[in-house]
Amino acid sequence: MAHEETVYDALDHAHGGEGQWAFGTGFDDPLAGVDTTVPEGVHAADLGAYCLMLGDDALVLCQRLTEWATRAPELEEEVAIANCGLDLLGQARLLLARAGSCGVLGRSREHATDSIPDEDALAYFRDADEFVNHHLAEADGGDFAQTMVRLLVASTARLALFARLRESRDPVVSAIAAKGVPELTYHRDHAARWVLRLGDGTAESHRRAQAAVDAVWPLTADLFTATDVERRLVHQGVAVDPASTRDEVRDVLTMVVERATLTVPAWPADRPSPGRAGEHTDELAPLRATLQGLAREHPAATW
Amino acid sequence: MSTALEVAQTVTDPELPMLTLADLGVLRDVRTEGEQVVVTITPTYSGCPAMGVMRADLVHALHRAGFADVDVRTVLSPPWSTDWISEAGRRKLAEGGIAPPGPAPRHAGPIPLNLGPTRRTATCPVCGSADTEELSEFSGTACKALRRCRTCREPFEHVKEI
Repeated sequence: MAHEETVYDALDHAHGGEGQWAFGTGFDDPLAGVDTTVPEGVHAADLGAYCLMLGDDALVLCQRLTEWATRAPELEEEVAIANCGLDLLGQARLLLARAGSCGVLGRSREHATDSIPDEDALAYFRDADEFVNHHLAEADGGDFAQTMVRLLVASTARLALFARLRESRDPVVSAIAAKGVPELTYHRDHAARWVLRLGDGTAESHRRAQAAVDAVWPLTADLFTATDVERRLVHQGVAVDPASTRDEVRDVLTMVVERATLTVPAWPADRPSPGRAGEHTDELAPLRATLQGLAREHPAATW
Repeated sequence: MSTALEVAQTVTDPELPMLTLADLGVLRDVRTEGEQVVVTITPTYSGCPAMGVMRADLVHALHRAGFADVDVRTVLSPPWSTDWISEAGRRKLAEGGIAPPGPAPRHAGPIPLNLGPTRRTATCPVCGSADTEELSEFSGTACKALRRCRTCREPFEHVKEI
């Protein structure tokens, strides 16, 4: 007992007693003790693929947001962006763990050692063509205005989806969605207020906010066309057809952009999302290198 | 000898050490199944990085009290709400210099956009003034906002409603 006087001793002990435990390593399974039985009549591979889509959007956008660490215009804003990223990372971990429980580890398991949890194998050991996030998440962050416009679009679309997914027939997806809704509400409000402030600010902030809106708008083309997986899961009561969120998403975005005294660009024609099919832009490669470099170089690293 | 529940109820939150996990509403259930103690906890936010520490603290405390076999399980539903923070917890937060949350918003249908300055209020935990302003909805941990008192000028943290 004397050797476990502090929590760090206890954690170190729980992780092999090598004295290398540090905050941020050796995470437990985020679904520990959660019933991960796939509901009757639901195709496990489809459910896993769907969780991977929703998880990758969060994982990749989180990585983009954390690029602002040490670079944000003010300390409070840096903390805010990191907080949004942390929420998304939590959603990604839960969704990737759910995907793992449905057996969709793909090639990642061949690269990862057995001791690595499913969600880490999926995050760190998949190749670019196995990532299924929308291009909206991976697009380069641009300047601060573009980061906030992208966060506004991404959180508006995700909130509309998650609000409906609270009724999903998969209890794990439903619980993750219910937990995510209040988090995404904070992100959307935060991003919307910045877009207002920048758009209705100085001539320079207005110009850059408009450029950001113009740059991000085309990426909304990918958000509203269901994949085959989603279509099948909609029938099973598990997924939400993204087309059903289109009007709400466009209404919210239009309201914010108009209030910000900016011009709402023409909406792009909907198209099937290339990202959902594993086709990505060149912008994903450096992001993935930063995300995965350490884990691939030192697969069982602790520090 | 203390019961497993009594022991689990003494474990404090790693980020808000003035509060127990029970005060915070994170400790959902403690029961005994044969020789095994099964503890159920729920995360405050999806990305709460303190879950591993909470889990280890609970196991540690129960081991020290003589419960050898402890299983700590996660429950995600219903999602944690600041409404679950106990009255004692709210008092301890205020005494510790952190403003406790007001009632959490509840939305059945589409979630309304909030574009204006947040309307939430908080009393300064230093001087008791109600004249405080929000600096940022995000602070040192996911569950807190940053505010400043206009009367005594002290900045302080506020557990934000969720």
